[in-house]
Amino acid sequence: MTEAWSYPEALWTVKDLFVYPNEYIYWSVQIVMYPLMTGLVAGAFVLSSLYHVFGLKDLKDMAKFSLVFSFALLLVAPMPLMFHLQQPLRGMEVFFTPHFTSAISAFGIVFFSYSIVVATEIWFVYRKFFVEQALALKGKEGLGNSLKQKLYALLTLGAYDISEKALQKDEKAVKILAGIGIPVACFLHGYAGFIFGSVKANALWMTPLMPVIFIMSAIVSGIALCMLTYIVIMEWKKFRIKTSRKAWDVTAAEVGGAEVDLIRKTSRYLIGFMIAAITLEILDLVFRGYTAVKSWEILRSVIYGKDFVDIFILQYTIGNLLPFIMLVLPGLTIRRTAIALVLVIFGVFMMRWNVVIGGQAFSLSFAGYMHYKLPFIPENIETYKEGFFGALTIGVMPFALFWVINKFIPSLKYHK
Amino acid sequence: MSISRRDFLISTLKIAAASALPLSAFKILSPAEARASVEASTVRWGFIVDTYKCVGCGFCVKACKLENEVPYEAPVTRTWVERYLILKDGRMVADTPLGGRDGFTSLEIQEEVVKPEDVAKAFFVPKLCNQCENPPCVQVCPVGATYQTADGVVLVDRTWCIGCGYCIMACPYGVRFFHPVYKVAEKCTFCYHRINKGMKTACVGACPFGARQIGNLKDPNDPVTKTIMTQRVAVLKDEYGTKPQVYYIGLDENVR
Amino acid sequence: MSSHVLRPLWVVIIIVILILGARFIIVPPDFGIQERGFMYGYHRKSNEDDWKAFKVKYRTRKYCKDCHPDKYEPIMSSKHRIIQCENCHGPAVDHPEDPPKLVVDKSRSLCIRCHARLRYPGTERAKIKGIDPEEHNTGMECSMCHNPHKPDMEGW
Repeated sequence: MTEAWSYPEALWTVKDLFVYPNEYIYWSVQIVMYPLMTGLVAGAFVLSSLYHVFGLKDLKDMAKFSLVFSFALLLVAPMPLMFHLQQPLRGMEVFFTPHFTSAISAFGIVFFSYSIVVATEIWFVYRKFFVEQALALKGKEGLGNSLKQKLYALLTLGAYDISEKALQKDEKAVKILAGIGIPVACFLHGYAGFIFGSVKANALWMTPLMPVIFIMSAIVSGIALCMLTYIVIMEWKKFRIKTSRKAWDVTAAEVGGAEVDLIRKTSRYLIGFMIAAITLEILDLVFRGYTAVKSWEILRSVIYGKDFVDIFILQYTIGNLLPFIMLVLPGLTIRRTAIALVLVIFGVFMMRWNVVIGGQAFSLSFAGYMHYKLPFIPENIETYKEGFFGALTIGVMPFALFWVINKFIPSLKYHK
Repeated sequence: MSISRRDFLISTLKIAAASALPLSAFKILSPAEARASVEASTVRWGFIVDTYKCVGCGFCVKACKLENEVPYEAPVTRTWVERYLILKDGRMVADTPLGGRDGFTSLEIQEEVVKPEDVAKAFFVPKLCNQCENPPCVQVCPVGATYQTADGVVLVDRTWCIGCGYCIMACPYGVRFFHPVYKVAEKCTFCYHRINKGMKTACVGACPFGARQIGNLKDPNDPVTKTIMTQRVAVLKDEYGTKPQVYYIGLDENVR
Repeated sequence: MSSHVLRPLWVVIIIVILILGARFIIVPPDFGIQERGFMYGYHRKSNEDDWKAFKVKYRTRKYCKDCHPDKYEPIMSSKHRIIQCENCHGPAVDHPEDPPKLVVDKSRSLCIRCHARLRYPGTERAKIKGIDPEEHNTGMECSMCHNPHKPDMEGW
C-alpha cells in the first residue's frame, strides 16, 4: 500500500452535491481539441473538394492551399488522443486488435483510410512539381540540394512520366480521390460525433443528431480556419511586398484584390454551413426541452444554469450570431471577415467544449455536479498534457507543420 | 522490369491475403455458436444486496481496497456505500464520503446536520459492478482490453488497456475508474480470484450483517438464486438495457 | 498496365503489410473471440488466468480458528461473532510467514463505523447501541473500557 499513486483527475474536478466516488472529468481539454482538430481536417478537405469535384472555379486558389493545410491538420489530429491516453505507447493496438463495436476503433480505420486518400490526392496534384524539382536539383552542388533532390526523388515514387497524357491521368485521379474523400471526410467526422452520440450513459451526449451536428460544425470550422490562414498569409505577403526594396512579380494591390474576391466567394459557403449547423443544434435543444425525459431536470439546470454563459453567451452569441451578422452585412472587408472568422472558430471550439465538458458537468446520479478547472500552470506532466499549455501545443502544431510542409510542397501562389 | 513489378504486386497481395486469413479478428462466431458456448457454461455469477440489512459500516469498502490493491487513500474505489435520507419535507439528500470507506459516523450530510427526527426514511445502499449481461463498457472498448468471461464477469486486461477512458464514460453506474498505480481502466471483478477458489468475495466476507451475497445464478439450489426467484428484487437503472446482475432487496425509487 | 497511377497503392499495401506483420509479432496468440462472441468476448484468453492467480489476502475466520482458539471461542459466543477477525486485525495474507505479526486496528474510528449513533428510522443502524463520538470519552481508545471480544460486558 506504500506504492506511489496519483489521481490527476482529482486536481481538476470539483464535485458538488451527490456525485459517485469514481466520477471525475476524465475527458478534459484534449478531448475538446480532438474533435476540433478532426473537424478542421474534414472541413478543410471538403473545401478543397468543392473545387475538384463540383468544379466551383471561384475556389481554385483556395483548393490547393486547403488540401495541403488539411494534411498538416491531419497529422496533428491524433495528437490530442496521444496526449490523453494513459498508455500512449499502446495506441497502435487500435490497428492490431480493432474491436469494431467501439466507435473509437472504427475511427482508427477510417482515419487511416482518410490519411491515405489525402496523401494520395496531394501526390497526384504535386507529382509534376516533384518530378521537375527532382530533375532540376540533380547534380547541383551542396549537401542541402542533394538531400532535397533525394527527398523529391522519393516523393515521385519513381513515376517520372510527365507527358500530357500522364498528367491527364493525374487530374482524373485527383477528381476521383476528391470524390471519395468527401464521404470519407464526413464519415470520419461523423464518427467523432458517433463516439459521443452513442454513449447511452450520458444524457447530454446521447442523440442521433450528434454525428450530423459534428459534421456541419466541422465544415464550418474547417472553412473558417482555411480562410483565416489564407488571409493572414496574404496580408503577410502584401506587407513584405510593400516594405521590401526587392522587385516582386506582383504588386500589393493585385494580391489584395484577388484576396478580397476569393474571401467574399468562400464566405458564402461558410454562411450556408453555419445555418445548417446552428439549425441542428437548436433543434436538438428544443427537442430535449419538449420531450423532457428523466434527465431533463439536471440537463436544464446545466444548460440554463451552470453553463449558461458558456453555451448562450460564448457559443451562440459571440461564436455564432455575431460573426453571422458580420458576414451577412454588405460591404465585406478583409478585416471584418478576419474578426468574424476568429469568432466562428471560437464558437466551434466552445461548441466542442460544451459537449465534452458539459456532458461531464453533471453526475450519473442526476443529483450532483462536477466543475472542470482547466489546469493553467503545468505543475507536472499531467497538468501540462491535460491543461492550457497542452491544448496550446496542439493548437500551434498544425501551423508549424504547415510551415515545414509548405517548404517542400508550396501551396500558396499569388495571382497574376 | 515491368514483369517483375507485376509479379511483385501479385505476390504481395498473396502474402497480404495469407497473413490476413488467420487473424482471429475476422473470425466471427455465428449467433447460434456463441449462444451454445455461453449456455455450455454452468456458472453465472450474480449478486444480492439487501439494503434493509446494511448499516453503513463500510467494512466492505475497506476489505475490497486492501484485497484488490486499490491504493487506500486514493479517492476511487471498486465498491462503495451510499447514504440516502428522505426528509419529512420531501427533500432527498445523499452522500458517500470517501465511498463510505470509513463508514458513516456523523449526522452531517452534504455540509448540513440532519437530525434523525427530521428523517422520514433512510437507507444505506452498497454499490459495485453490476456485471451486466449486456455490458456497455465492453461494447465500447476499442482494442478488446475489457471483456466478459463465460461465467458473466467483466474483467480488464491490464497489459492491453490503452487508457482512453471510453469504458468509464459508457458505464451508467460509475463503477469504472483509472487504477491510480497502473493507469489502466479498473473495476470490480467480483473478486474473480476468490470466487474461482470456492471463496466469497472480500466484501461479502467482510460484511457483518449479511447485506451482501454472491452466488451462481445457474444453480437452482444456490441460496442467491432461490432468493432472486422467490422474493421481490430490483436492479439499478434498467432503462439502459444493460441487464444488471446485481439484485437489490428493498430498493427505493430515490436510489440513483 | 504499368500506369504510374497505381504507385500510391503499393505504398498503402506496404504499410498494411507492415501493420499486419507487427500485429503478428505483438498480439498474443491466444487473443481472439471467446465464449461471449465478438461484442463481449474479444480478448486475450490467458488474462482470465492472470486474474484467477491474483493474491488472496482476506483468508476469513476459518484460517484463524485453529491457531487462535483462545480468541476464536469467546468471540464466537458473543454478539461480535458476526464480525470477521480480519476486519479489525487486518488481512492475514500468509500470516504467520508473511506478515509475521498483524497490526490490530484499535482506533476509535474503527468502532464508530457501527457504534456512532445514527438513529435513522427504518434502518438496522438505529438498533445498534451507539454513542456520540464527539462527546463520549473523547481521545480515549474504546478498548480501554470495552473488550471487543466480549462486547456485552463493561470492562475486561
